[in-house]
Amino acid sequence: MTGNLWSLGLVVVVAALTFLLGYVGSRRANTTPDFLVARRAIPATRNAAAISGEYLSAASFLGVAGLVLKDGIDALWYPIGFTAGYLAMMLFVAAPLRRSGAYTLPDFAEARLGSANLRRFCTFFVICIGVLYLVPQLQSAGLTLNTITGLPTWLGAVAVTVIVGVNVLGGGMRAITLVQAFQYWGKLFAIAAPTFVLFTVFLASPGNGAKSVDEGGVLRFHQDVEVTTAEQVRVRVVEPMELTAVGTVNGAPADGHALWGPGTYTLGKGTTLSFAEGSPVPVVEGSPTGNEQWLRPQTGGLGGLFETYSLIFATFLGTMGLPHVLVRFYTNPDGKAARRTALHVMYLLGLFYLFPTVLGVISRQYLPQLLVTGKTDAAVLLLPGTMQPNLLGQVLGAIVAAGAFAAFLSTSSGLVVSVAGVVSTDILPGKVRDFRWATVLTGAVAIGLALLLPRGDASLTVAMSFALAASTFCPLLLLGIWWRGLTWVGAMAGMLVGGGLVLTALAVNVVSTLSGWVAPALSTQPALVTVPVAFLTMIMISKLTGRRRPDDVNQILLRLHAPDPLGFMRDRDVQRFGSAEEKPREDSRDSARPWN
Amino acid sequence: MSRHSGPPGQPDQPQPGERDAWPAVSARKNRRRRVVLADPRGRGRVLRTIIELEEQTSVGEKLIRDLIKQQLKTAFLLGGGTLLLLASLPVLFYLLPGLADVELLGVRLPWVLLGLLPFPLLYGVGYAYRRLAESHEHDFVSSVDR
Repeated sequence: MTGNLWSLGLVVVVAALTFLLGYVGSRRANTTPDFLVARRAIPATRNAAAISGEYLSAASFLGVAGLVLKDGIDALWYPIGFTAGYLAMMLFVAAPLRRSGAYTLPDFAEARLGSANLRRFCTFFVICIGVLYLVPQLQSAGLTLNTITGLPTWLGAVAVTVIVGVNVLGGGMRAITLVQAFQYWGKLFAIAAPTFVLFTVFLASPGNGAKSVDEGGVLRFHQDVEVTTAEQVRVRVVEPMELTAVGTVNGAPADGHALWGPGTYTLGKGTTLSFAEGSPVPVVEGSPTGNEQWLRPQTGGLGGLFETYSLIFATFLGTMGLPHVLVRFYTNPDGKAARRTALHVMYLLGLFYLFPTVLGVISRQYLPQLLVTGKTDAAVLLLPGTMQPNLLGQVLGAIVAAGAFAAFLSTSSGLVVSVAGVVSTDILPGKVRDFRWATVLTGAVAIGLALLLPRGDASLTVAMSFALAASTFCPLLLLGIWWRGLTWVGAMAGMLVGGGLVLTALAVNVVSTLSGWVAPALSTQPALVTVPVAFLTMIMISKLTGRRRPDDVNQILLRLHAPDPLGFMRDRDVQRFGSAEEKPREDSRDSARPWN
Repeated sequence: MSRHSGPPGQPDQPQPGERDAWPAVSARKNRRRRVVLADPRGRGRVLRTIIELEEQTSVGEKLIRDLIKQQLKTAFLLGGGTLLLLASLPVLFYLLPGLADVELLGVRLPWVLLGLLPFPLLYGVGYAYRRLAESHEHDFVSSVDR
């Protein structure tokens, strides 16, 4: 119970600091450009911290360690891809995107291709991706608060929504910038401190040290363990084993001692299994059962190779298509600052991702029971208390819990701002009042869906969001920025085909989860096919509809690529909403900018 | 929405010296000035080339096309090289399973290759691109400035 109090206390501290920083940031936020793009005055390093804070969602903070625990070395491609996405962003998108002067992604599409239809179409996809990303954030927030403090699940989701909503209502993008930047450093501390302490314990503890993770053969329990499943799960057994099972196994009631031979077993919801020390660990279906496969890369044959490459494709190219990340690049003063922001983000992310990997490896030693239920996302939260069942473990556990809570807050705020920005400027007239209404609307819809929909696998949803972004907005941005021949018809066709294919794959996945039929790799990681198809469609349809090419394409490309000191950049939000107070500031900034 | 018209600027009185320096363009000046006046020092000198850029005359068109080509080439070379380097790893591991047994300071080689090294590599490539892209832009501005 003391541990719960520590956790609850730190979570409240994080929430209070979030409110405070949001309040500080939103003073004097009163114009639409304030709410949409924080007046385009965020310096590169602070914007980079804010982007990293927003980007390191629960999928990174909790998920990466869980994936390493479950899938081993092949899961390391997730952090690599999450970071490399910013290299692609920096090389091809960041500076020209900022110079376009747009304030949302749909606005960029209209600025470049001059079609209101395309703008509405992009609006639809931005809202889709935003909600697809936001709902699992809220659901995991509820689950995490439930795990660490015992509060009811719905309360966590509602708490996150309310905190984020109040901040965003107060100052939009201006309010959340400082909050997200602070939350990056908070999260870095929350994962680094436990990693250092636990890694030292891991290396120092005799007989429980690094050797046993390295051993070949089947993973075994190091002590007596009791596991209760939260929902139905299929596990694979490779070595005959003895255990005690109470509940439902393979559809039949089980009560007491059992002997399992090699094969797969379906465990019903609420089944309790007791294992003795030294007995092999049954592993959730689809993950490596032996240490040898866990330790070695690419043991999954050609199918595994396809999945790895598809993952590389989705994450490298998907990052640049995430609307809530893109909108943060609009807050830089100019193209050069946007480019420097992307570079700094790579540094901050690289620093962060060293730690979840280490925690994932240690969890394999201390928390093998998570492999039975497949709930490996809890590894980071449970590890401190398991390794150090004393005050130190409680404090470390509380720090991790607060970090996870910060992850939910910062990602959700970014998503709410980006969705509300699009809704208020494309569906409503775009005044500050409309932005506030759009925020309330977005929050209400998201919390409603989060409470109604069943909880999906967080890592799967994230993978799908990346694939969707890589197959829709990524080709639009790359071709729009570098190729004069793009037309709005081609862009729309490409996005329809790419997005449609990914949504089909998503539907196949849902069906396979419900029916127990194993989905092919193509549907779990579709990017390797859908991205090239989307690109090809966009190029071919654009060539066919060449006469719809905008007349001023040369002017637009000049604006996108001309260096900042020449002063071709014009901010479209100032043109549309600009206030009397805003314009003098813009001028003084433009003329005072030296070249260096 | 004034998307396709030239960027709206702020009314600004012409400086006496500039009018003398560029008599040929002074007639058009009231319309063009707004585009130009980013840097007070370079006003008169930069003017003509920027008008060429804005109006997409053959010279201006060539200048900006060259810049775009140069930036794209740099991005493709750096990005493609990095992708090739990283994407060769899974195939390498698949074809040479023996690599997994090599140990480096007590840690198996693939774990070092995937868990540690990509991050400095990505930052290094990004840093190189920042330097190159900014120097290209600098050269472009100087060429306009002459």
